[in-house]
Amino acid sequence: MSGRPVLTARDISIEYEVDPPVKAVQDVSLTLHRGEILGLAGESGCGKTTLAYGLNRLLKAPALQTSGEIVFHDRDGDDIDVVGLSGDGLRRYRWDKVSMVFQGSMNSLNPVMSVKAQLDDVFRTHRPGMPRAERARRSAELLGLVGVDPSRLTAFPHELSGGMRQRVMIAMALALDPQVMIMDEPTTALDVVVQRGIIREIMRLRERLGFAVIFITHDLPLLIEISDRIAVMLEGRIVELGDAERIYREPEHAYTKRLLASFPSLRGDRGGFVRRRDEQEGASA
Amino acid sequence: MTDRTEMAGSGLEARNLVRDYRIRRGFRSTTLHAVADVSFTIEPGRTVALVGESGSGKSTVARILARLESTTSGGVLLDGHPAPTRGAQLDRYRSRVQMVFQDPFASLNPFHTILHHVERPLRIHNPRMRGAEIRDRAHELLERVQLTPSTRFAERRPHELSGGQRQRVAIARALAPGATYIIADEPVSMLDVSIRLGVLNLLAELQRSEGLGVLYITHDLATARHFSDEILVMYRGEIVERGDADTVILDPQHAYTRTLLDAAADPDRLGQLREEVRKGG
Repeated sequence: MSGRPVLTARDISIEYEVDPPVKAVQDVSLTLHRGEILGLAGESGCGKTTLAYGLNRLLKAPALQTSGEIVFHDRDGDDIDVVGLSGDGLRRYRWDKVSMVFQGSMNSLNPVMSVKAQLDDVFRTHRPGMPRAERARRSAELLGLVGVDPSRLTAFPHELSGGMRQRVMIAMALALDPQVMIMDEPTTALDVVVQRGIIREIMRLRERLGFAVIFITHDLPLLIEISDRIAVMLEGRIVELGDAERIYREPEHAYTKRLLASFPSLRGDRGGFVRRRDEQEGASA
Repeated sequence: MTDRTEMAGSGLEARNLVRDYRIRRGFRSTTLHAVADVSFTIEPGRTVALVGESGSGKSTVARILARLESTTSGGVLLDGHPAPTRGAQLDRYRSRVQMVFQDPFASLNPFHTILHHVERPLRIHNPRMRGAEIRDRAHELLERVQLTPSTRFAERRPHELSGGQRQRVAIARALAPGATYIIADEPVSMLDVSIRLGVLNLLAELQRSEGLGVLYITHDLATARHFSDEILVMYRGEIVERGDADTVILDPQHAYTRTLLDAAADPDRLGQLREEVRKGG
């Protein structure tokens, strides 16, 4: 199953056409394989969200993709040139082939529509022929899939906890059985315990449904724990790309090392922090 | 554990803190115990970490200590004396107990210069101090939080500074009135990861050189372990576990502490979750 690419990006550059222009993404190339989790690590302003938007053709002016090609390798063997898509072709690509869970998705549900209506909306837009009963059945099934009781279909977003809202967002991203899911900081705003539950859910669904994931976050320890491969981004470029284990045990780029050093080990030895000196002094005193 | 009787006189103590909120739903009202019988002491030169999820009541505790929130019962004692609730005495209390807030983008006034932010508490708490002296002190404080040279930062406004630099300004501002206790409510959670340790190291360094007592509120267990002496684990308004930082993390006793620890990302568990979900179906 793995090994075959599902999304290939070559030399992507994205600029914000403001004065002076901002080169947000520069010559980024990456290949996403079927069913893999690719972690995209970097700090704010490094261009990781811009890159994700580029892959999904969601860039809006003043952002502009100035060069590069993106090819989506469909399940049935067709290759789709993503950059050249427009109109109906773009609609068939977006959400259908590649869906996205947005950053701050705590607020990306429509507050005045019920969960049911919002899920229904996905089907009515992308599967116009689908009968009403089938849509309702699928919606309930999706909620069940992400661990939310289907009786909550009639709920409005404000009636759901943050974790449940996030699960609904994931259900929505799953709705059309996508082959790639791009997750942009999907759990950053959530409490650690809830976060863990959602990560586990994503891993479980991926095992079952086989989609590939691009997981974007600054939380490198989390990425190392869950990803197959990790790309580290700095100032618009991918400075290091490799197997999660290799990135963890033998980071090559200075920035990767710095990022890793930014997370003190939970259970391991104490690093060279100020407090350590403090304690040694305390001990000798 | 240090000898408590010896330390009884000095420290910032929370004694049996209780804070209830009445929640009204239509005509009915229920009581939410945001903080239920919480006691601890912050001693000079020591850091106590308060960890827990959102809604566990840790920020309410912080606000009670900073006297921004009243208590339902129980109280706060500074060096053995009950903390005042108003007037000039409250001002004096606040000159010794200061807070650093989570969001450095919201806690500084975009209209004022960095220098103003540090000079103002100096002026308020030292009404007789001369202008030139206040200016000198403010510059000194900026240097102390490693915003050097201070002349480069003094006339700038918050939007010209990075998140980490802003949080340093917030720390300088907290130190300005001569605070000996700092209550830091998630001081680095909004900052980029690579600058978090720098800010925490600064706090630790200041603490060492000035004997500050620090209450470090966080949900990050790893930094709680490395930057504090004692950890209190809070869950639904109660402290369910407390002890020496290493002991709580390496040998947790309460089920909730274990849940928290299991939820923290740990690169050493590489690939383990994938195996688990594969087996679990």
